[in-house]
Amino acid sequence: MSEIPDGLKYTEEHEYVRETDSENEFLVGVTDYAQGELGDVVFVELPAAGDTFGRMDVFGTIEAVKAVSDLFSPLTGEIVAINEALGEDPALVNSDPYGEGWMVRIRATDPSEIDGLLSAADYAEHVDA
Amino acid sequence: MARFPYTAEVTPTIFEKSSAGRTGTVVPEGDVDTPGVEELIPAAHLRASPPRLPEIPENEVVRHYTQLSLKNHHVDRALYPLGSCTMKYNPKVNEATARTAGFVGLHPFMPQAGAQGALELMYDLTVWLAEIAGMEAVTLQPAAGAQGEMTGVLLMRSYHESRGDGETRTKVLFPDSAHGTNPATAAMAGFDAVELPSDAAGRVDIEALREALDDGVAGMMLTNPNTLGKFESDIIEICDLVHEAGGLMYMDGANLNALMGVARPGDMGYDIVHFNLHKTMSTPHGGGGPGSGPVAVKSHLAPFLPVPRVVRNDDGSFGLEWDRPESFGKLHGFYGNFGVMVRAWTYMRMLGRQGIRGTAEASVLNNAYLTSLLETHYELPFGRGMHESVFSASEIKKRTGVKTMDIAKRLLDFGFHAPTVYFPLNVPEALMTEPTETETKESLERYAEACIAIANEAESDPERVTTAPHDTPLRRLDEGRAARELDLRWTFESED
Repeated sequence: MSEIPDGLKYTEEHEYVRETDSENEFLVGVTDYAQGELGDVVFVELPAAGDTFGRMDVFGTIEAVKAVSDLFSPLTGEIVAINEALGEDPALVNSDPYGEGWMVRIRATDPSEIDGLLSAADYAEHVDA
Repeated sequence: MARFPYTAEVTPTIFEKSSAGRTGTVVPEGDVDTPGVEELIPAAHLRASPPRLPEIPENEVVRHYTQLSLKNHHVDRALYPLGSCTMKYNPKVNEATARTAGFVGLHPFMPQAGAQGALELMYDLTVWLAEIAGMEAVTLQPAAGAQGEMTGVLLMRSYHESRGDGETRTKVLFPDSAHGTNPATAAMAGFDAVELPSDAAGRVDIEALREALDDGVAGMMLTNPNTLGKFESDIIEICDLVHEAGGLMYMDGANLNALMGVARPGDMGYDIVHFNLHKTMSTPHGGGGPGSGPVAVKSHLAPFLPVPRVVRNDDGSFGLEWDRPESFGKLHGFYGNFGVMVRAWTYMRMLGRQGIRGTAEASVLNNAYLTSLLETHYELPFGRGMHESVFSASEIKKRTGVKTMDIAKRLLDFGFHAPTVYFPLNVPEALMTEPTETETKESLERYAEACIAIANEAESDPERVTTAPHDTPLRRLDEGRAARELDLRWTFESED
């Protein structure tokens, strides 16, 4: 079974959102389930810091051996940082999706959007369905 | 079950087999004074040291490549059920005609009067393809399917520009089961690619199509039978709806093998269709190409086709015509991949009209039989397709942990290439299986036996499957690393 940590929020498209120490800033990546389905990740295309996205806009792509998939922004906001390490080692998404495999840090313009995302229990149900 | 033997050992590269001074032929010293290469070529263009070509006797070269070919999978070895790729056997007579001295030695700058045979062959091919398409005009230029799609979408643009709609018609529709090249082509040509959902049966959702249609639609790209192998039974209504909205209908001919000689895209209402000669007309592909992707159109689009056009002159001779002012231009160097055209011409001539139809019928029959053998062992989410069926290993994965990729790798141990896996995207753990018409009943049964043995093994000994392949010269390859750190260059020791 794939790991779905409590305390994170999730999208139906398999992104997770993690709170940070900075107010209104969140880390976004793809879930353990997503990396398992995708298989070996070979490339992650990320936006630049300063880019802005609406909720569920495509903010990048993830390329695995099997297929290329879009990455969806769970929140409306501005990218404040990207995980540069993925350029050198995209397999971090496979080995540590919730840790070193994070993708972007986003400053949410409407933090209330977080309430519209799935809880761990909801996401587990979504994945199981 | 008897396995197809692979040569067990890893073959060294041709460079590693080199030994200084070995050679296949001995060329005597010349007894005529000739200028040195330094006098003929400016120093700036001369390399400092000779190339390090391998030095090997002829028989060892032949053995080297024969061994490599035994490790490869190809249609001359066994069934190759790669869905949507139509890996049919390529008759050897195609190669014989393509190697006819007159064709091999023909230069593209040969004056037309000296190339009448080649031009006639090209002209024949356009006539025959137009007949299969149920359309009026054909270009042979596109180098393969994706360039055929590009031609189709550029034709849409030229057509709408000629009517003053070029600025406003910005959208191209495609179903969610489409090949990725469809939306990619539309985007490359500057259109917005708009995806439509499929209905529960895997066909175009007519209501979703109605909602998407407006005067901003340039056209729709639709494979038929579609990527699930299903015939789009509403195709006439779909074409009518798109035409009423002012759009054009493009048929991706990827799956024409199921229809040729039986039903004509033009009669269904399509305006444009591309052919993959390297699939449907049995010319080599999958590393053996190149491909060829001719495009047929109805007469209202003929003026926009690429130049030159192959024509028959009033005096019965054949020629190339450039004076087509509405043409969108040129697409390929010279006239397209001519050698492929010779092979396709030969294939069609050998089959004749009845044979073309028989090919389509047998491709559907073969798939029906193979599907009947497999459908109790693998799920079939959208049911049996025409020339191909898309199976799923979802339930096997849930029960046993064995994934489609593991099954694909295990098939290598049984001497078969895997089906297309993880595509189309609307079927999880997909195994897209296309046997083609060129397999015998026994060959289909051997393949089915292997698939069934693997399904049983997934239940009884899943680890045997998840660690496959076992009998190949190399075991499971690290495909992720191969993609991330692609390195195909041989490095000589002295360069280290």
